[in-house]
Amino acid sequence: MASRIVLFQLILLLAAAGPALAADPPGIVPATQAGGDSGSFSAGRGEQLFTTRGRDWSCATCHTADPRNPGRHTVTGKAIAPMAPAVNPERLGDPAKVAKWFRRNCKDVFARECTPQEQGDVIAYLRSLGK
Amino acid sequence: MNIPVRMYPLVILVTATLLAAATAPAVADGKRKPSPADPAWQEECGSCHIAYPPRLLPAGSWQRLMQGLGDHFGSDASLEPQRAAAIEAFLVANAGRSKDGVTAPPLRITETPWFRGEHDEVATAKWRSPAIGSPANCGACHTQAERGSFDEDEIRIP
Repeated sequence: MASRIVLFQLILLLAAAGPALAADPPGIVPATQAGGDSGSFSAGRGEQLFTTRGRDWSCATCHTADPRNPGRHTVTGKAIAPMAPAVNPERLGDPAKVAKWFRRNCKDVFARECTPQEQGDVIAYLRSLGK
Repeated sequence: MNIPVRMYPLVILVTATLLAAATAPAVADGKRKPSPADPAWQEECGSCHIAYPPRLLPAGSWQRLMQGLGDHFGSDASLEPQRAAAIEAFLVANAGRSKDGVTAPPLRITETPWFRGEHDEVATAKWRSPAIGSPANCGACHTQAERGSFDEDEIRIP
């Protein structure tokens, strides 16, 4: 049951992370949108996961330890636009895209999929970052 | 057929040229018009690297590659089956020529005889330099690679 609630909150979070949110004041995440440390998601835990090394990489390997910065694909060298919506409003706008990249990149980094809780924490972290 | 000894260099040159032409994909000289683009291919294949033009590998290579997206050179590049099938159809329809008699089709563009021949003057250390990083990073030197153009005149080695 608990995991279903988390999943529901994640869906809300993803939905709330749509284009309408691009106009939110940087760093302020209304509680109704379940970002920051509100709800059951924690930006702090998200940050920790973001920099945790799995097999060879962490999220920060390609995205840098500050998701407001542009990153670089560690294998191909291709530039990656910043992950933080405050500096890149396109991020977190498309729930299908968010789900796709969590699925792929969590497998790349941790050799498993991330739980809805972990995904929500990382989203909360990304949305907590101001410009 | 008796060929005078003084002609040997010419014979070797012509043979090598013919062989190179036979093993090259449709666009060895980079001068021909870019492949047609496809929005799904552009988006899905162009996220972690540039969307490599279909002509750079033969159809058999693309088919093998698209069947193994779950482990795409060490990364998970999995796609919804329908989207993957659509992209595969685009790649196959615009693929380069395959070389008869070759065993398994190569998965890496950088492993094709054509690629190696075209880049044999680039030293290993150059590939690894911070500005390039990897031979997969076409755009580091081919300034118009993003739009599928690899013209000699557009090369700027950093």
